[in-house]
Amino acid sequence: MNSTVVHYLSQFQFFHQLLAMMGKEYLPLLSLIIFLLVVLIMLGALSLVGGLGTYAERKISADMQARYGPNRVGPFGLLQFLADGIKMFLKEDTVPRSADRLIFTIAPIFCLAGVFGTIAVLPFSSGFMLTDLNVGIFYLLGVSSLVGIGVFLGGYASNSKWSMLGGMRGASQIISYEIPVTITILAVVMLAGGLSLQTLVNSQGAAIWHWNFLHNPFMFVGFFIFFIGALAETNRAPFDLPEAESELVSGYHTEYSGMRFAFFALAEYIEIFVVCAVATALFLGGYHVPFGFGGEAPLGQVLQVVTFASKTFALYYVVIWVRWTLPRLRVDQLMTLCWKYLTPIALFNLIGTIIWLYLTNGRSIVALIFG
Amino acid sequence: MALDLLNIYMPVVLLLAIGVLAVPITLLIGRLIRPANPSQLKETAYECGEMPVGGAWSSFNIRFYVVGLIFIIFDVESALMFPVVAVFNKFNSLGMGGLILVEILIFLLVLIAGLAYCWRRGDLDWVKSYSAANRSDSGVENE
Repeated sequence: MNSTVVHYLSQFQFFHQLLAMMGKEYLPLLSLIIFLLVVLIMLGALSLVGGLGTYAERKISADMQARYGPNRVGPFGLLQFLADGIKMFLKEDTVPRSADRLIFTIAPIFCLAGVFGTIAVLPFSSGFMLTDLNVGIFYLLGVSSLVGIGVFLGGYASNSKWSMLGGMRGASQIISYEIPVTITILAVVMLAGGLSLQTLVNSQGAAIWHWNFLHNPFMFVGFFIFFIGALAETNRAPFDLPEAESELVSGYHTEYSGMRFAFFALAEYIEIFVVCAVATALFLGGYHVPFGFGGEAPLGQVLQVVTFASKTFALYYVVIWVRWTLPRLRVDQLMTLCWKYLTPIALFNLIGTIIWLYLTNGRSIVALIFG
Repeated sequence: MALDLLNIYMPVVLLLAIGVLAVPITLLIGRLIRPANPSQLKETAYECGEMPVGGAWSSFNIRFYVVGLIFIIFDVESALMFPVVAVFNKFNSLGMGGLILVEILIFLLVLIAGLAYCWRRGDLDWVKSYSAANRSDSGVENE
């Protein structure tokens, strides 16, 4: 049982050679260096995912609308996001004179820190996860709430009417949809019997009928509630009211330009990845590789990461697909959907899951039917 | 190999620190190369090309406040339920699942009663203010 990436690496020879070279008392320093390296690699990889996410979104939307999409910069327009990034870096940084300068600067920090913080507990494989906190999913819920604060502060500090409306909508939407998501996660936690992400993943198996998603009818519905709630929490269409471009110009980041806007966008696209990864870990079997491949050995770990990433990216595609398929909701429809449909159904699901687990002693529907 | 609690939380601290520092550092570096030609018009808030009329910090729809209140109740309740549901399987295997089942059901029933009350009062309707204005008073009994 490894609880951090350092624990995993400590079973290899080179770790001990390195430690012997530095001296035993430098163990905290060594783990700090390893953590820093892994964190930087991971942030680099996720920034790439975020950047390529913008590219994928534009390309897929173009595909669905029978257009070409970006195709000038690099092969197939693949370097478009880099060009965009450089352009934003070189843009002038304008802050409205009437804005609250301090809060205006802090808002993107909340968004970015909130999203980066969630990366710490994502279970990419049994060994390669930054840290397996015993309060994992609880921590994840708490830290991801920082994004909502960032959205609201950004909208408030700009002192522009569009931003204010967008920020207000964003805040109320994000906190509202947190309720059905949290209640659904309660049901999953009950199934797994623990809060750490490794426990949640290990309560499932590699085969599709061992996934939480197909454990019982309540979990099946729960997955869709989680996914809808997650879409709304990341401000994705059809729930992109905080940044509805046809009514609010650009919503809470109307006044943000250059790099400040880039950080909002980066946080948003990484958050979609994080949300898809959490859905994979909670409902879709996580990193388990079918047919018993994938173990503690490095090759098995690579297979696990590939399995986890492919499930996550499949969900990522669905998120983009949904955006270009469904029209945007109205604010009152949004609130009706959350409070009058998703929350009662989520509560019903929670009660259903408790009773199911109590009556069947925690066995899944497949186990009941086929003995 | 004993790695202490601090080590488990080290990546969390690192990630949050990088998240906090990335924005100001990038902005500071960018200051060296980006242009800075501020003008009066550039620094006004965007209002579709018109000069802005008044600020945005004015009184706002009370609905958002009500949603915030309902959210806090639900959030605290679900936070309190996390430790209970986490041990449900363990208790169930010891044959004491019924205890937790009843406990959670009582807890949830209070929550559901509150939700039903809000629903009945119309606090979950976004456009309640309009429908309430058409009634003789703001209660629900006058149907």
